[in-house]
Amino acid sequence: MIDPVIASRLQFAVTTIVHIIFPVMSMGLAPFLIYFTWKEIRTNEQIYEQLRSFWTKIFAISFVVGTVTGIVLEFEFGTNFAAFSKTAGELFGGPLAIEGMMAFMLEATFLGIFIFGRERVSDRLYMLSSVLVGLGTWLSAVWILIANSWMQTPRGFEVAMESGQPIVSLVDPIAAYANPRFPWMYVHMQNAAVLSVALFMAGVAAYFVWQNRDTEFWRKTMKIAIAVLLVSAPFQAIHGDAYGRHVAETQPQKFAAMEAQYETDSSVGLKLLAFPTSVESLTDPRAENLFVVELPFLASILASGGDPGATITGLNDVPTEAPPVAIVFWAFRAMVGLGMWFILLAFWGGFRWYQGTLFEDDLLAKALVGSSVLGILTVELGWIVTEVGRQPWVIQDVLKTHAGVSPGLTGAEALVTLAGFVGVYAALLVLYTYVIARIIRNEAPTKPPTPERERDAPDSVGVVPSDD
Amino acid sequence: MTDLLAATTLSTLADGPLFGLPLAKLWFGLIFAVLGTFLFLDGFDFGVGALFATRKTDAEREQLLAAIGPFWDGNEVWLVVFGGMLFAVFPTIYADLFSRHYLLMFGILGALILRGLAPEMYEQRHDEAWQRWWGRSFVVGSVTAPLFLGIFTGNWLFGVDGFVSVASLLVGLAVVALTIVDGAAYLGVKTRGDVRSETRAMGLLAQVVYLLLAVAAVVVGSQTADHVALLSGPVLALLGATVLLAATYAVASRFGRWYVAFVAVAGQVYGLVALVATLLYPMIDPVTGLAVGEAIVSTLPLNLTSIGAAFLLPLIATYFYVLYSAFSGPVEEAESYA
Ligand code: HDD
Ligand code: HEM
Ligand code: HEM
Repeated sequence: MIDPVIASRLQFAVTTIVHIIFPVMSMGLAPFLIYFTWKEIRTNEQIYEQLRSFWTKIFAISFVVGTVTGIVLEFEFGTNFAAFSKTAGELFGGPLAIEGMMAFMLEATFLGIFIFGRERVSDRLYMLSSVLVGLGTWLSAVWILIANSWMQTPRGFEVAMESGQPIVSLVDPIAAYANPRFPWMYVHMQNAAVLSVALFMAGVAAYFVWQNRDTEFWRKTMKIAIAVLLVSAPFQAIHGDAYGRHVAETQPQKFAAMEAQYETDSSVGLKLLAFPTSVESLTDPRAENLFVVELPFLASILASGGDPGATITGLNDVPTEAPPVAIVFWAFRAMVGLGMWFILLAFWGGFRWYQGTLFEDDLLAKALVGSSVLGILTVELGWIVTEVGRQPWVIQDVLKTHAGVSPGLTGAEALVTLAGFVGVYAALLVLYTYVIARIIRNEAPTKPPTPERERDAPDSVGVVPSDD
Repeated sequence: MTDLLAATTLSTLADGPLFGLPLAKLWFGLIFAVLGTFLFLDGFDFGVGALFATRKTDAEREQLLAAIGPFWDGNEVWLVVFGGMLFAVFPTIYADLFSRHYLLMFGILGALILRGLAPEMYEQRHDEAWQRWWGRSFVVGSVTAPLFLGIFTGNWLFGVDGFVSVASLLVGLAVVALTIVDGAAYLGVKTRGDVRSETRAMGLLAQVVYLLLAVAAVVVGSQTADHVALLSGPVLALLGATVLLAATYAVASRFGRWYVAFVAVAGQVYGLVALVATLLYPMIDPVTGLAVGEAIVSTLPLNLTSIGAAFLLPLIATYFYVLYSAFSGPVEEAESYA
């Protein structure tokens, strides 16, 4: 029978990897929706109403699927990681309770008004609802990332042993919750969400423009998306670079895995590109036997903040076993590579816009369409670096992952739910993709808006006839 | 200076419970109050989901979905808050209880996934096969979620360490009946015409069934679990109050006083969780034999979570007030979820 530890880890991985897609959509869409609502109310132009109501549909579906997948996670700490929950409950439970009360409640109640209430409530309350829903999504991230960042760089606690199990107790809440990782993680995550949604919007808009169903609606969407890309894509890379330095300082083992650095060495170069020279080095990358294009001394400079001769501790010199290096190494490279691609896309679009030929470049349109879901993929890769790179620890230097799993859990039980989740979540993903594609196909406005919204006929928006 | 201030505040927070309040007991009560709020609010969503099975025309089904559309998500968050609070305040109980009822928890989660997706999906396409599938999912999710949740509560109360016992199954069925009473009362407030008159009859039936099942569960439970004392003052008082509230429900719905009926259901739901809490106290988990005072988290995090809750719960009440007043009044007969 399968090992309950492996099954629980796989199950947690599958369920979070699917869950995070929907928060990324809703956190990323939130600022756009606030902007559209504000413009709609201020200018009374129909195009903003169209933008708001179309993207609200996507938001609504993402939110519902985010809710149903999120509840699972909230319970999984207890069902599968009971030992972890007992060890860390004092620090970890609080943020989750506050997240529920502060963020989810705000989001879920005002979302009712935001989705169903345009005709029912005053403009002012409607505007307020859009802001509060957005605030709710961003506050969810604050509290969940406080919890997660504490697992990466735990602070402000003491450990006592109680009947063979370490029990963490909170001594300094400020040090614990404002731990060094949190601000890095929060900024990187939220910018990633906005960037991912901008890519998605640009992709959908480019598709319609390319298909010559380029109404003002889609041109506007594309411009807004590219404007946002121009800021968020470079920012993400610059920020990520500094973030890497912080990881090197606080989790040297993870950093060594990201760089496949087994031997402790000084004056280490930063590998810009790393090619495996054999099949073995694909699945077992080691810094020594990769063909690399590297910037000399830069990894040392990065890790130390300026010293080209700085030493980087290799995995062989860390007392615990290494995380699965190949996964971490390649996921990190893919994230950075995609990050560069997004910058290129943003500048390409910006340049065409500047030339006044944004809507004529077919190749750009194809590139944007092809990249529409790559932002979300990159978020997954980043999380894999973060979470797999932390192994074998679930709480860095405090509790190993295998010691966090529920003691009474049997392999059979764990296998049943693992198989169930793989099936259900695959179905969820298919369903979500199908529904989003349908909404885009059938409900996207593709006829020109009338400049002034007609007060009594809000539904006179051109809609492609549905195909069933 | 400010550091000193922060240090002193922190050490006071770590020294003793806030204002000397009996926080462990208060939280024990609050956890059940939150569970009750979930059962009452999402209970009517579940009840509407169960009654959905009895509506045959498209217009009526749309009306039912429209009645819960803006609300169900907010209602469901009470369960998330219940889980979060239990984790924060009684972490060992959260860990033990959830891992012990491993498959049952995933049953609840699966049911909630079906129930949550179904209304949204139902609206996406209007062909028959699609709507039949999602209509069924809605009903199945709405019935099994309270069933499993009731069994979970029953297992917790009676200290059942396996999947289910007779007594906890009775609790599960009782909770399903109660959600149908709740749903019928809610539709009494939110709809007019045939929907209202037909679901009223079902609500009454469910009310009778609930009373029988609730009493049966307590009686059977008291045979199997030592700590369940049937003939104690508070238990008899709560059972008596439930009977009175049930009678109130019957009379009020007969005379179209739907708000009164709705409050009478709320009373029964809170009565039920109060009964569970009373029968458990001073223990919090009969299987491990832990008492409330032993399972509570240490003082500093307890105080912090208490401060958070003291600020946030009143705010949440305001959100619900704003939401429910924005959509007050019955749904139109032609209204739909989308
Ligand atoms: C659109 C998505 C996206 C893009 C383009 C990038 N990242 Fe990223 N990255 C994420 C999305 C992301 C994330 C949201 O998935 C993570 C996971 C945890 C976190 O805080 O952000 C992450 C984690 C993450 C970590 C691991 C932190 C940890 O272990 O806690 C590092 C070192 C970087 N990133 C660095 C970079 C660099 C140098 C990039 C250069 C282009 C980059 N990221 C682009
Ligand atoms: C949503 C984005 C996230 C993704 C995609 C993600 C991904 C993963 C993956 C892939 C694993 C398995 C690692 C392994 O076992 O090798 C894992 C484990 C875990 N993660 Fe995350 N994670 C995310 C966020 C979080 C957050 C916010 C928390 C805590 C609040 C968290 C807590 C955990 C825990 C407790 C485990 C199990 C122990 C372990 O295997 O390390 N994760 N996650
Ligand atoms: C692995 C740990 C995680 C847990 C336990 C968790 C828990 C939950 C729960 C219970 C919900 C449902 C709330 C509701 O009923 O409305 C939810 C939704 C949400 N979660 Fe997570 N979550 C996790 C990871 C994350 C991460 C990493 C983020 C973002 C940084 C995130 C952001 C959100 C947001 C914004 C929502 C709102 C629903 C949506 O927009 O899709 N979550 N999460």
